[in-house]
Amino acid sequence: MRAPLLAVQGLTKTYRSGGREVKGLDDVSLSVAAGETIGLVGPSGSGKSTLARVVMRLIEPDAGTIAFGGENLGALNGKALRTVRKRIQMVFQDPSAAFNPRATVADVLADPLRIHGLASPAERPRRIAQLLDSVGLSANLAARPVHAVSGGQRQRVAIARALATEPELIVLDEAVSALDVTVRGQVLDLLVRLQRERGLAYLFVSHDLAVVRAVSHRIAIMDRGRIVETGPAGTVVADPQSETGRALVAAIPRLHISHLNREASQNA
Amino acid sequence: MSGVLTSLRGLTVTYGSGEAAHMALQGLDLDILKGERLAVIGESGSGKSTLALALGGLLPPEARIDGRIDWPGFAAPPRAGRDIGFVFQDAGASLNPVIPVGRQIAEVARLHLGLSRPEARDRARALLARVRIPDPDSALAAYPHQLSGGQRQRVAIAAAIAGEPSLLIADEATSALDTIVQAEIVALLDELVHAEGMTLIFITHDIALASGFADRIAVLHDARLVEARPAAELLGAPGQAYTARLLASHIGLDTPPLIAEEQP
Repeated sequence: MRAPLLAVQGLTKTYRSGGREVKGLDDVSLSVAAGETIGLVGPSGSGKSTLARVVMRLIEPDAGTIAFGGENLGALNGKALRTVRKRIQMVFQDPSAAFNPRATVADVLADPLRIHGLASPAERPRRIAQLLDSVGLSANLAARPVHAVSGGQRQRVAIARALATEPELIVLDEAVSALDVTVRGQVLDLLVRLQRERGLAYLFVSHDLAVVRAVSHRIAIMDRGRIVETGPAGTVVADPQSETGRALVAAIPRLHISHLNREASQNA
Repeated sequence: MSGVLTSLRGLTVTYGSGEAAHMALQGLDLDILKGERLAVIGESGSGKSTLALALGGLLPPEARIDGRIDWPGFAAPPRAGRDIGFVFQDAGASLNPVIPVGRQIAEVARLHLGLSRPEARDRARALLARVRIPDPDSALAAYPHQLSGGQRQRVAIAAAIAGEPSLLIADEATSALDTIVQAEIVALLDELVHAEGMTLIFITHDIALASGFADRIAVLHDARLVEARPAAELLGAPGQAYTARLLASHIGLDTPPLIAEEQP
């Protein structure tokens, strides 16, 4: 196997709350290969979002290492950190909370281009149109206030913004959880297409095991700050080894069509 | 199931006026039957929460209501809190953060059932046990922030049924919970309405979740009722293209993966 794109080792993060210590992360190790999707799933408070934020260095761990592309992320600062950061992007659940409320779609997409010096002011409109096109949006949307577009369009804009720096890894933290179901499928299709075209790796964080299963190569299940199970997506779902894994599989709502049909035909 | 609890005819709810007028519900005709578990399914903007608020008389004053809401199942128009219990998505926002949860539940029982303070406190304790809060005695004195999200939602359910309502409306009551807790809360609601003979209106965006226990499913889309039919019929043979689209959008554990299975 090639060297992983992302490798975290022994990550630990303890929160203190009202005199109690809560282990947000407890000796977590995980790797993501280039072009791979790792689904990170677990109940509320299991530590999955904390792990996502530690990978982004939005939260500093108490212990452990984060290696990205062979570099120790924790040891980097300033310009060197900015250079690596370009290669990792994040998309959150609620894009309206992630955007400046007064911004237009073009403003949102211009930010990373400007901050990372990726396009001169003259080149930006063309680059913004390209980014919109890559997520299936019309260039006409650029002038619209970002709050005036639909939820699905807004999440596409968030993905386009993440793509602006041509990252190798995108951390998706409940990125489709707030979308309507008919829109959710389209955004998942988009993510899968972008991965195929660009060899992107995803760390796909969600509470919904069924959605995770649909897009992930491997699944890691978290509970109480620990990874309790890791394996190929199909295997984890078909035969979960951990108690949390079994509980998650059992809790997924099933469409009770066949069972109901049987009842209906018996009653007929 | 015996008879109609409430009958909606041409129910239309409009916000704003003139150019800015926006219809949140448009010409809804629907009978809700006594004792049934009706799931109302819709995406954002479908009007499903407006329907819940209209039934409870909880619409904001600026909303204009046209059409009829009749209550043949009640002798007098039902009162929200007494005859109709509500459970909303965010129990953290429904519960008062500075009052112990026991007092909040007892208050409902005192107000609507005319119980004395000690009686109401006993009832609150019994209700906490009823919604399976571990150690109800100490939970009486707990503040909402000291409870987990799932426990807060159990407390909200206890408060909603404290006035012994005959209709319980749960509006996305499990949407903010993780799937494991969601399954527990759905099982609890299902069991409660069964045992107490309540009518349940379960509002959700998740048709699979509703399919597990609803007797009947009403689908809303763009402020209109798409169809309302017994769950088995609707799920087995959706009568409308939109319902079929909702069913096709469902992602379950048996949905074929969107990616090639082999490792990259």
